[in-house]
Amino acid sequence: MNLYPVRAIYMAEMARTRRTMLQSIVSPVISTSLYFVVFGAAIGSRISEIGGVSYGAFIVPGLIMLMLLTQSVSNASFGIFFPKFSGSIYEILSAPISYLEVVIGYVGAAASKSILLGLIILATSSFFVPLEIAHPFWMLTFLVLTAVTFSLLGFIIGIWADGFDKLQLVPLLVITPLTFLGGSFYSIDMLPPFWQNVTLANPVVYLVSGFRWSFYGISDVSIVASVAMISLFLVASLVTIAWIFRTGYRLKP
Amino acid sequence: MNDPIISITGLNKTYQGGFQALTHVDLTIQRGEIFALLGPNGAGKTTLISVVCGLVNPTQGQVLIDGFDSVRDYRQARERIGLVPQELTNEAFETVWNTVSFSRGLFGKAPNPAHIEKVLKSLTLWDKRHNRLMTLSGGMKRRVLIAKALSHEPRILFLDEPTAGVDVELRRDMWEVVRGLRESGVTIILTTHYIEEAEEMADRIGVINRGEIVLVEEKAALMQKLGSKQLTLQLQSPLTQLPNALQHEALSLTANGHELVYTYDGRQEEEGHGIPALLATLEREGITFKDLHTRQSSLEDIFVDLVKERA
Repeated sequence: MNLYPVRAIYMAEMARTRRTMLQSIVSPVISTSLYFVVFGAAIGSRISEIGGVSYGAFIVPGLIMLMLLTQSVSNASFGIFFPKFSGSIYEILSAPISYLEVVIGYVGAAASKSILLGLIILATSSFFVPLEIAHPFWMLTFLVLTAVTFSLLGFIIGIWADGFDKLQLVPLLVITPLTFLGGSFYSIDMLPPFWQNVTLANPVVYLVSGFRWSFYGISDVSIVASVAMISLFLVASLVTIAWIFRTGYRLKP
Repeated sequence: MNDPIISITGLNKTYQGGFQALTHVDLTIQRGEIFALLGPNGAGKTTLISVVCGLVNPTQGQVLIDGFDSVRDYRQARERIGLVPQELTNEAFETVWNTVSFSRGLFGKAPNPAHIEKVLKSLTLWDKRHNRLMTLSGGMKRRVLIAKALSHEPRILFLDEPTAGVDVELRRDMWEVVRGLRESGVTIILTTHYIEEAEEMADRIGVINRGEIVLVEEKAALMQKLGSKQLTLQLQSPLTQLPNALQHEALSLTANGHELVYTYDGRQEEEGHGIPALLATLEREGITFKDLHTRQSSLEDIFVDLVKERA
């Protein structure tokens, strides 16, 4: 593997993040803080503890996961979509680099940004609620795996999209609803039995549950199921990307 | 000279919709030459370049770059190539310096600020190095694309319509840059609509039409072989008709008999029916002239004739 192209793509993407700092970092931090004010302080004070954890602290992993999923998808999809849109993708396709190096560059940068954002939100949340992290290793593992997996998904969306509307379609119509309905703000035990079963079909439930377990040791589904689900996502995304590059789908006529 | 740097054999490209853009293209580019690929819109010039550079998958055939297969040995093949695309495509918010440095890294080369500086200075972009691309004029953006293509020190440079939309002065500057590159040993393949560009710069000309290579020839030989010439004699006394000795399809009277026009090409000259024979006949017939001028057909005339002939 040649590291110079990977570094070039990674650094160019990170430079783009720095140029759009307000939109990339400040905006998600502000919106997360608003969630804490509304759900944590205003509404959360009227909700009793869940599994021995205050409501404000309970929603921290879900909020981080919400940002992690949406930002990973947005960053990675825009990162590869923009060169396609501007036409400068010709340079990537004509360069002496492997597809793996392209993916590591783009997805690595998108995931780095999401992980950074997740840690910033974690730090921000400590100003609002008392935090504890029961399993730091697993917390970081879930953070990194989720960021990488959903950045891979974003990369696929960026290649699939042929316009800005499609670029927004998946994050807005799929990721955000699934995250909201995936136990970010509640435990699925709080739902009627029928909806509990329906919710189990939502893959995001497993991610939020596993991530929350790493904080407080409480979960809606088993930790094994959570790890299996994120691994399944990761493999599915990698297989799809391998197919895209092998066939040249939406990249090479 | 037989030192091929690019060998294209039996190349076919059929797009998904069924459109056949290239039909059995065989082409060899010699090391160190400037090769101009001419052809009307939609002839297959850009598709051919795109296949060689890896932007388009070939349907059939093989491309060897300096002996390396463009598909199997893509790393070795592509690192030798720099591509300047037809469209002005670039990252609008990047600075000139950053985008050119990015290209070098992308092509697997270690950072080399001294080389980037040399490239930017040679393209008179040095003063603009901190400018964002969106603030540059079209001509300057074109130069940035050339700088990006040269950032990794390629041995082969593809210029797809390099001077489209560039003013005359800038165009001549670019020609100088291209000549300088050739002197440094870079092989240059350019497609152009400006025939004068090919005429001015190329060592060899290839004509592509409807996906087929119609002709590949040394420019000078092509001009000599196919370029028709006209000799116009302004006669001392007008003629009402040509004498029998001058009854020839290559000769005609114009300007109410005041001018005698002789149309000929390289082949007639080779066969000994050229100007000396004509002048000798005129002397025998007692026809005198007060002035004369010749006109040689341009590459453009040759190109139009070729494409029309095969349409």
